[in-house]
Amino acid sequence: MNKWWWKILSIGLLVYTIIGGLLFDVPKVMILNETIRNLYFHVCMWFSMMILFIVSVVNAVKYLRTNNLRYDILSRQYAVVGIVYGLLGYATGMIWASYTWADPNNPAGASFSAIAREPKLIGTGIALLIYAAYLVLRDSVTDLDKKARISSVYNIFAFAFLFPSIWIIPRLLPSLHPGGEGNPALNYNDIDARMRLVFYPAVLGWTLLGVWIATLKVRLNFLKEKTLLK
Amino acid sequence: MKHKLLLVLSLLFVSLFTWAQEGGAEMADTMRSNGKIYVVVAVILTIFAGIILYLVRLDRKITKLEKQS
Repeated sequence: MNKWWWKILSIGLLVYTIIGGLLFDVPKVMILNETIRNLYFHVCMWFSMMILFIVSVVNAVKYLRTNNLRYDILSRQYAVVGIVYGLLGYATGMIWASYTWADPNNPAGASFSAIAREPKLIGTGIALLIYAAYLVLRDSVTDLDKKARISSVYNIFAFAFLFPSIWIIPRLLPSLHPGGEGNPALNYNDIDARMRLVFYPAVLGWTLLGVWIATLKVRLNFLKEKTLLK
Repeated sequence: MKHKLLLVLSLLFVSLFTWAQEGGAEMADTMRSNGKIYVVVAVILTIFAGIILYLVRLDRKITKLEKQS
């Protein structure tokens, strides 16, 4: 965890993402135009969020198996960084949508009702609220073991709920959001080879950055709870 | 089998149409040709460098605390 090489790798990949993402050649697509470059930033937030939530739920299960409070701290901090990434994904998506989905011929806000109906927006909104409830639930229990136990169990539920809310239901309903069928961005045919060159390193870079931030908070909490940890 | 082949072929044609559309989309070519895009890259990289510097310093501080205890 204290090794430096992967932090340097993360910085390198993200510098490459910023330079390559803004300067490299991209496909010319109607409506999207230059905003297609948001793929390297907006989509990566969701990828990283999912990976961080997986790490979080794995640690929650580990806690329940071992009752070691270390895993509870790990689970909690990875979940928080995941939520932050989710919120950033939501915010960037809002900006992107307002320039690509909204009809420029109508007054601002006229397209709102159409955009607000997007199954992906509603699904991710629900998923993030459920994760927000995880934090509320955690902080409402004062007993340490009970807190860790209840929130670990709830974490598993929240993770399970990601599947209907962000993976299944948005695929069943019509949507303006791309990537409704198959595996969006992983499918070999629907992402241009030139973009894959930046996109995959970008996902890795953003994820490692999230892990870095999470490990900092984890280490701080290990120090704080030193007397309680085995 | 035949239907599948037909479907694949028709989908290929659809993708051809989208290719043909490529040339029409407006891109920020002026920004690229006069080099202003590098200004944007420089600004974003500076902000990113600042955030990373902050993270590195935080990391160092925590390492120091860990060694003390």
